[in-house]
Amino acid sequence: MPDATPSEMTERKKIFRTTVDGNVVKRVYTADDIEGPGQEDTGAPGEYPFTRHIMPNGYRSRLWTMRQYAGFATVEETNQRYRYLYRNGQTGFSVAFHLPTQEGYDSDHPLSAGEVGRCGVAVDSLADMERLWQDIPLAEVSTSMTINATAPVILAMYIAAAEKQGAKRRELRGTVQNDILKEYIARNTYTFAPAASMRLVTDVCAYCARNMPRWNSISISGYHIREAGATAAQEAGFTLANGIAYVKAMMARGMEVDSFAPQFSFFFAAYTNVLEEVAKFRALRRMWARIMKERFGAKDPRSMMLRYHVQTDGFTLTAQQPLNNTVRVALQALAAVLGGCQSLHTNSYDEALALPSEEAVQVALRTQQIIAHESGAADTVDPMGGSYYVEWLTGELEKKAMAYIREVDGMGGALRAIEQGYIQREIAASAYHYQLAVDSGEQVVVGVNEFVNEDDHLPETLEIGPEVEQRQVQKLRELRRERDNDKVSAVLEQVRRVAASDENVMPALIEAVKAYATVGEISAALRDVFGEYREPSIL
Amino acid sequence: MQEKKTRVLIAKPGLDGHDRGAKVVARGLRDAGMEVVYLGLRLTPEQIADAAIQEDVDVVGLDCLSGAHMVLFPRTAQLIRERGGRNILVIGGGIIPRKDIPALKEAGIAEIFGPGTSIDTIVEFINDRLADGANDK
Repeated sequence: MPDATPSEMTERKKIFRTTVDGNVVKRVYTADDIEGPGQEDTGAPGEYPFTRHIMPNGYRSRLWTMRQYAGFATVEETNQRYRYLYRNGQTGFSVAFHLPTQEGYDSDHPLSAGEVGRCGVAVDSLADMERLWQDIPLAEVSTSMTINATAPVILAMYIAAAEKQGAKRRELRGTVQNDILKEYIARNTYTFAPAASMRLVTDVCAYCARNMPRWNSISISGYHIREAGATAAQEAGFTLANGIAYVKAMMARGMEVDSFAPQFSFFFAAYTNVLEEVAKFRALRRMWARIMKERFGAKDPRSMMLRYHVQTDGFTLTAQQPLNNTVRVALQALAAVLGGCQSLHTNSYDEALALPSEEAVQVALRTQQIIAHESGAADTVDPMGGSYYVEWLTGELEKKAMAYIREVDGMGGALRAIEQGYIQREIAASAYHYQLAVDSGEQVVVGVNEFVNEDDHLPETLEIGPEVEQRQVQKLRELRRERDNDKVSAVLEQVRRVAASDENVMPALIEAVKAYATVGEISAALRDVFGEYREPSIL
Repeated sequence: MQEKKTRVLIAKPGLDGHDRGAKVVARGLRDAGMEVVYLGLRLTPEQIADAAIQEDVDVVGLDCLSGAHMVLFPRTAQLIRERGGRNILVIGGGIIPRKDIPALKEAGIAEIFGPGTSIDTIVEFINDRLADGANDK
């Protein structure tokens, strides 16, 4: 036994934090650290406020959906990758669209040069969407689409492609990200000004509420906010502040909260500090349940349930010693599962170097399968619940995140806070602190600022050649030649008319895509009415 | 003689919206005493080249994580040269596969700084290069 008491012993750090700018962590936690009786806050799994899980038996009935985000080159190559993932046991699709599709440009637009088929698959028209799902029955699968500014257009294409296969609109399952607020904060694939974009977001949500009961009409995303530099508390606070803005916008359209809120879903990041992430997920569930019940008067428990997708965090992947990233991803994925996510994407170890290779993608999927079937983490609900430390940290993150929400409320809501640059500045400051902490060595990143190798083994990475762009542009030219262009002019005129009115844009967009009007053409018609947004550059 | 502050333009060509790195570098260079113009994102090579000339900068930092760097970086560097910026030091960052780096250097990008680069590394590089090339101006 050492003679010194624990407090007298020298420790290896002056101060222990969860992550840079995160909570200060004490030597040990006891029952005294958990405020009040605690039990009613935590509750049972499947019961309000859902701290422990939204379902009473967690993953014991059904595992989370293993949903790998994928898309590259043209629809032909991506369709082949989807079929490969399907055969390997993936249970849901997640479409990565290339940036021109996300930002409303066709593949032959000057700004698309060099971008075609790189960050995702090139989709210009319904013809591409149809080919993307060849031999995959859309009535049977669930599909998540990372699309925001052009979400109404792409959802219209998905509906049209599914109906061509014989599927019914009402039976389609999936998610459209449709979260424009975080685009102004972090991800930057906005097209129109915030107010017009909010109208489009709510058009999609209202359309799904009426016509697509099994579809998640929005995926309110903290992931990109975290990637841009936010702390765990900022990710939680700012994401729910955006969620509040969407609920208010829907209620301002005259919709009753329980008519749309059950179709709201969320998307968060998982970092490597496993226990902080678990606490974050637990806090998020509790906060959203309280907000929906107490603030918005929701009565349907489904409106109060925070259902969410998780992606392991891309920013934490290192270009140095890339195989180490498999370990980071495994820890992050474990945090997501211990935290109770509904679906999960695990990143590939080579993503700090290039777009992921097929081999790396398979290791990432296998990581989830190992956690599901070998780790035991999925066999009991909320296994970290009751840990003094995790319960304390859950409470702390809730307090900090609620303070951000109050700050945003004080500014008049998320849209105002974004317009004033408040959220962007807070996140940029955290990102800068993180970099300074890494540069000073205060935050160790293995292989980067400690335990460095002279020469790293570099894996084979995926290459997208310039012929992809040529092929896609060629296809687009043929489409423009072969379709009925008078019909296209007419449907685009109709899109302009509806956009300028109070009508929901979705029916007109479905007609437009069926006439093979392209993403770029439809977006141009919407730009005619809504104008285009340019961000004030906020450092 | 009073030393002129190094002027740097940071910009993101193309459609990529991942601006964490660009913003952190912009702020880091400013804290290192440089004058930094952060031009923002979704810019064409033409817009960046024009701004570089108008702002009379010593350095242009380009950032791209979408994989479009092989088109956008060489084009921007070429336009900067054509528009009278022959002495402007052009550097880049982002998700750049290592095998692409020789061709980018050939095209006039002086150095590529990938993930994990410290701000000091970039500051030192700029200072060294500008000191070497000081007679050119």
